[in-house]
Amino acid sequence: MGLIEAIVLAVLAASTPLLLAATGELVTERSGVLNLGVEGMMIVGAACGFGGAWLSGSVIIGALCGIVAGVLMSLIFALMTLGLAVNQVATGLALTILGIGLSGLIGSRFVGEKISLAPHLYIPGLTDIPLIGRILFGEDAFVYFSLALVAGVWFFLYRTRAGLILRAAGDNHASAHALGYPVLRIRMFAVMFGGACAGLAGAYLPLAYTPFFIPGMTAGRGWIALALVVFASWLPGRLVIGAYLFGAVTILQLHAQGWGVGIPSQFMSALPYLATVVVLVLISRARTGGSTAPAALGTVFVPDR
Amino acid sequence: MQLVLEKRAERSNTIALVSPVIAIGLTLVTMSILFAILGKNPISALGVYFIDPLTDSYSLQEIAVKATPLVMIAIGLSLCYLANAWNIGAEGQFLVGAVAGSWLAVKTQGTDAGPWVLPAMMVLAAIGSALYALIPAICKVRFGASEILTSLMLVYVADLLLDYLVRGPWRDPKGFNFPTTAEFDPVAIVPVLIEGGRLHLGGVIALVIVAAGAVLLGKTIKGFEIRVVGAAPRAARFGGFNSNQLILLTFAISGALAGLAGIIEVAGPVGHLQPGISPGYGFTAIIVAFLGRLNPVGILIAGLFLALTFIGGEQAQIAMKIPLDVTKVFQGILLFYVLACDSLILYRFRLVFASPKVSSGAH
Repeated sequence: MGLIEAIVLAVLAASTPLLLAATGELVTERSGVLNLGVEGMMIVGAACGFGGAWLSGSVIIGALCGIVAGVLMSLIFALMTLGLAVNQVATGLALTILGIGLSGLIGSRFVGEKISLAPHLYIPGLTDIPLIGRILFGEDAFVYFSLALVAGVWFFLYRTRAGLILRAAGDNHASAHALGYPVLRIRMFAVMFGGACAGLAGAYLPLAYTPFFIPGMTAGRGWIALALVVFASWLPGRLVIGAYLFGAVTILQLHAQGWGVGIPSQFMSALPYLATVVVLVLISRARTGGSTAPAALGTVFVPDR
Repeated sequence: MQLVLEKRAERSNTIALVSPVIAIGLTLVTMSILFAILGKNPISALGVYFIDPLTDSYSLQEIAVKATPLVMIAIGLSLCYLANAWNIGAEGQFLVGAVAGSWLAVKTQGTDAGPWVLPAMMVLAAIGSALYALIPAICKVRFGASEILTSLMLVYVADLLLDYLVRGPWRDPKGFNFPTTAEFDPVAIVPVLIEGGRLHLGGVIALVIVAAGAVLLGKTIKGFEIRVVGAAPRAARFGGFNSNQLILLTFAISGALAGLAGIIEVAGPVGHLQPGISPGYGFTAIIVAFLGRLNPVGILIAGLFLALTFIGGEQAQIAMKIPLDVTKVFQGILLFYVLACDSLILYRFRLVFASPKVSSGAH
């Protein structure tokens, strides 16, 4: 396997959890809800995903456990922000704090255990094509699933009636409500979808990235996913570009350490976080004319009956 | 059946006072269930958590020691949150303060420097962290970048900076390769209040900050501006208050306080700089700020209560083999209940028994 192949494979693997979590959050935010608890949902997804796979011996069951955990976490968020009209920013922070604790509690018995990673695809003939074979036809199933998911979300948002209604709820909840659409229910499903994606994104880490569970293994990826949604201007297509760029930065810093670049490893490790800050500034500055965010993003909606 | 929120004509002040108590009560019930699931006796577990630490002077001092950074950070955060500026990077500002102050301690090590060292360390820490906190604030004010995300990203950067320093240039050559600086000189150590005890001068400083916060918010124009900008941005614009300037100001103050807390922690209870100096003080302080109703006196009480959970959690781990992460779960659940009960201040909850179509759809 050539070096370029190896790097591309590594970049895709590093990007996939970001892409999954960001896709879910994009749908949530398009419905008008800002869920800052992505990191918390991801980290619980990682613990439950590993636990499910370790106990059952199946990667698929592990992934499902991660998804269910993410959805359950997102339901707490939905109950608080949609049912009780609590501030979304504070609730999202609470979800992350709770998630980090729960993940440690659930995951403590799995620390030190090991599972076999999700298998990579192998199609005789196609995967053997030099250079592009491994890259196009040799990924793990999650990579393909994440791309299909983005495509599906794009189709849903821009080519279906339900997608239009969801966007309407995010842009003007009062009008959507007046037209007779159940804004709160739409938002609840959007939040749950975001939870499912974040849970799966978390589960990806122990199932396909590193074959073990360590506390805090999401290491801020949930927050980077949130920044990616801003980076993508809430557009699914740009999300793919953004996620792969960030995956590349992550891998770059790992490889730079391997190549013995004379920079302390901590500075290289800080790169993805600093890149996030820089990207947020550049994107926000470019948009000073008018924001592309859903107009009702982060606002509380209490329907008058 | 459907839960319906009805807006109250005016905010309920009774509930504003009672709701943290309800929240704590609900948290205790939830924790009892969690303890039962973990196979522990809920009554004795709650006893170990909340009663035992109050019964001897050592753990009472320990509670005050733990509450010191929580209260200091939370006072700063409450100013930010009142002004609607979401600084959630206090953990990073805490670490940068510890680093900035420790620089002087490391440089003056073994040089017979005078008693000016400790105050100078504190000033350095406050300035360093204020500048660090200004990064997300400036990105917000100048470019409109979300301060939530940028301040949080800088937590990871601060963590790595600290890691680099104690493993690299500042590492104690006699430290058996452990990532730590040498023990600070006595002039660089925060003095204890009671001989042989753990309670240190930082506790007094925290009380002074609580008083200063109360005066700032209750008696000054600036405090009034902060509250108006947060509660009624439109009215604030008409009043000619500059919200951008207040974002910069509140971020700088909260950064400075977090940094001061950081150096006091390092030069006090810890005694040297090393990774892991904070068990998440910067994040727990967010809970303290909300539980204390963004009010200085409330924050003092909330800080002592959250400190109790840290000490109780440590004791429960030793005495009952309850995992330490239960403390974090506890803190997360508490924040949820606090926020949920706060909803009662503005809304009345009512259960409506009707077909869901009618109550959630159009009129």
